[in-house]
Amino acid sequence: MTQGQSPIAGALALETLRVPKALPRPARFLARLLGRPLALLALIWIAIVVVGGLFAGQISSYDPLDQDLLAIKQLPSAEHLLGTDALGRDVLSRLLHGTTPSLVGVVQALAVVSLIGVLLGLSAGYFGGWWDRLVVQYVSLLQAIPVIVVLLSVLSIFGQSMSAAMVTLGILGSAGVSRVVRSVVLGVREELYIAAARISGLGDARIILTHILPRIFGPVVVQLALFACITVVIQTGINFLGLGVPPPAPSWGGMVFEASASINDFPWLLLPTGSVLALTILSFGLLGDSLRDTAVETWAAAAHRHTLQVRVPEPITDAPAHTILALRDLTIVSGQGESARTLVDHVNLDLANAETLGIVGESGSGKTLTVMSMLGLLPAGTRMTSGRMSLDGTTIDLGNQRQLEALRGGTIGMIFQEPMAALDPCFTVGHHLAEVIRVHKGGSRADIEKQIIALLHQVKITNPEEVARRYPHQISGGMAQRVGIARALAAEPRILLADEPTTALDVTVQAEILELLRALSASRNMAVIIVTHDWGVVADLCDRAMVLYQGRALETASVVDLFERPSHPYTAALLKANPHGAKPGEPLPTIEETLRSIQEGVG
Amino acid sequence: MLATIRTRLLLSVPLLLIVTLVSFVLNSLSPSDLARTILGADGTQEQYLALRHDLGLDRSILIQYASWLGNALSGDLGASYLTKERVLSMLNPRLGVTLSIMTGVMLVCVSLGLLFGVLSALRGGWIGKAIDVLSLVGLMMPSFLAALLFIMVFAVWLRWLPATGYVMFSQDPAGWLASLVLPILSVSFLPIANIAKQTRDGMNDVLRRDFIRALRASGVPEGSIIWKHALRNAALPVITVLGLVMIGAISGTVFVERVFVLPGLGSLAVDAAQQNDIAVLQGATLYFGLLAVAINLLVDLSYGWLNPRVRLS
Repeated sequence: MTQGQSPIAGALALETLRVPKALPRPARFLARLLGRPLALLALIWIAIVVVGGLFAGQISSYDPLDQDLLAIKQLPSAEHLLGTDALGRDVLSRLLHGTTPSLVGVVQALAVVSLIGVLLGLSAGYFGGWWDRLVVQYVSLLQAIPVIVVLLSVLSIFGQSMSAAMVTLGILGSAGVSRVVRSVVLGVREELYIAAARISGLGDARIILTHILPRIFGPVVVQLALFACITVVIQTGINFLGLGVPPPAPSWGGMVFEASASINDFPWLLLPTGSVLALTILSFGLLGDSLRDTAVETWAAAAHRHTLQVRVPEPITDAPAHTILALRDLTIVSGQGESARTLVDHVNLDLANAETLGIVGESGSGKTLTVMSMLGLLPAGTRMTSGRMSLDGTTIDLGNQRQLEALRGGTIGMIFQEPMAALDPCFTVGHHLAEVIRVHKGGSRADIEKQIIALLHQVKITNPEEVARRYPHQISGGMAQRVGIARALAAEPRILLADEPTTALDVTVQAEILELLRALSASRNMAVIIVTHDWGVVADLCDRAMVLYQGRALETASVVDLFERPSHPYTAALLKANPHGAKPGEPLPTIEETLRSIQEGVG
Repeated sequence: MLATIRTRLLLSVPLLLIVTLVSFVLNSLSPSDLARTILGADGTQEQYLALRHDLGLDRSILIQYASWLGNALSGDLGASYLTKERVLSMLNPRLGVTLSIMTGVMLVCVSLGLLFGVLSALRGGWIGKAIDVLSLVGLMMPSFLAALLFIMVFAVWLRWLPATGYVMFSQDPAGWLASLVLPILSVSFLPIANIAKQTRDGMNDVLRRDFIRALRASGVPEGSIIWKHALRNAALPVITVLGLVMIGAISGTVFVERVFVLPGLGSLAVDAAQQNDIAVLQGATLYFGLLAVAINLLVDLSYGWLNPRVRLS
């Protein structure tokens, strides 16, 4: 591709190469599906049922209607493999012949569902506009209709015609399918290559056939499998009620009903039909589930907190005088074995009384992990292999989750990078603060109320009574961070951890929040650790700063020393990359330029 | 919030119209003729024409429907074609049975579904496995089959609960409850599995969000984080599914009323369908339609109640 081409032409050139990789093409989709044992078993069972239904006459020599009143309610024998029913009819033969109405029903309903569902969903998603709105309304209407009630009417009016009922079921069921198809098409339509195909003059029909249909294949198959599951339930249920297939003729639902009549004296009768029915429903359901997992690999295993080995920590004795918090030998890794990566590498840190310490570094340098480990809040997938922390001279192991939990809020408070995401959208500002006060200090309702107002006042919120009643979505980002700070201070901690507290905020708001933090730490005589990538914040607020690079602490020094005499070349490079010091008209220096020399220097 | 309710109520008008119109339209498409069916093979042509006139079948579909609708709006759902009993007086005493079952199903599904969902999100191990197995069983058990198994175990073998029959609440509250336990459990099987699954996905999603970490950092106890904060947020998508699940449970109720010989709307509708008593079937359809509207309204209200964004908009 040459420089002069437009982006769309570029995308077009790429289009043939870059049909999105995530796309489950039918063949690959099936291959992946067959790789799942449960899906394979389900498919095998469905195949057995189909074969049994098709060759019922050949498999069993008995006529399903032949009564033998001398041999009623018999248990399985060589003659009758599954026994006989209350009229002496062969159960196996009836079971095999009863497969047909169920399978025919499934096929009829599925045909209607896929035709209507795909057409509606596709046209609504692709063309949009008033048609889309109409389809959406129609779909939500259909989904609110109790299916069985309509089916009863249909059966009654159409002389117990099962086909009429199944076609109706298909029409009603198309709602779910078209909803899913529509949302997939909406997603696909927005993708660059579709836009490019349109601009290049490809007709709608071509685009739908070659680009969109393959994409909706997976989700549609999932819906069809799940719908087949529902169809079998409804179809056999109707037969169970004595509708659709008139009684002497064999049907699974009818056989379950016959079994229910002799449930007191001959319970065996329920077992063969009940299990065949249950297995068939289960197979369609499992197939749908596996298909869904195959189509969108979203299944995330529940996050289990692994129990850390709690060691008796070696006391930290080398901390300077007036140290309130010291951290030694902190190492955090991710992954296991071959793919293990060290994220934080033997980091030490001392925080003096009432001091503000900055931790500076690029993203991925391990600065956030370092502060999170102090509260035992490491994210899933990371593991701490060593680390000790002393508070007021008492040393605790950082693997001791219970001891760390006791520090949260009361001894160490924390504020977060995304102030809005840090608040529970379902609860008011006041509730957030009240909860923390109640946990740590208790008190009467009025008392807590008073403390909430005082706290909001301290973080310079001018209308605290009103803000306390608001929900997170009703306040601004800056306001949310003030609330976050108020919550961190609610239990009067002596140490405050701030993880990029101003990064997500507007510049003017940033300055206000920084000013607030400075004022609060001074008035409360509180030690603060600020994690930041912004030298401006360090210069503004911190007494000392630690520079982290790829999990290692390169140097820790007073801010004045760092700015004027950086002892490590990386610190110098990082300082140079600070846009605040850039000269107009000159390109901004980047970290990469000095990366290699640094790695050599560190290694 | 008010807007949501208004939209829902407005949408319920076409819903009820369509549901009740269906049988009229189908009737005109149907090859079989109602008057002929009622008269049987022996009826003379005069009797047939007279009956058609009596039933109003000689008028056009739209006029038939309009007259049914007009009567329905003034509280008259016509009379049974077979027994001449007023449809309204057949439906009303049966509504209580069906409502009792549906309410029970709703309570059982929401409480057990949420509980199982949260537990399986929090723990893998045997609780997670047990819940996986349970939802598989729920998936494979149509309500009528589950009902028969329950009868076999709890009524025939253990003799703890009655196999069939209904006891009025006003006569014997304990007997009333006993007569409903097995029907409610039979219908609830699949819905519980559905809701537990939704809850588990929701919890797994919510527990990864930032505010959970922030709550932990401020020392809020884990129990409160899980059962108050995470569950409340995870419940929002569950509630939207709950509406579909409960409307699906109407089918289960119809089957199960038959198994347990409960005099509810469902068994009335099934009888009517077997006997081609369209007037009764039409009345039952209207009642089930209203039930669906009530379920959706309830779902909307609880969604708004739980979600401040909707409540305050």
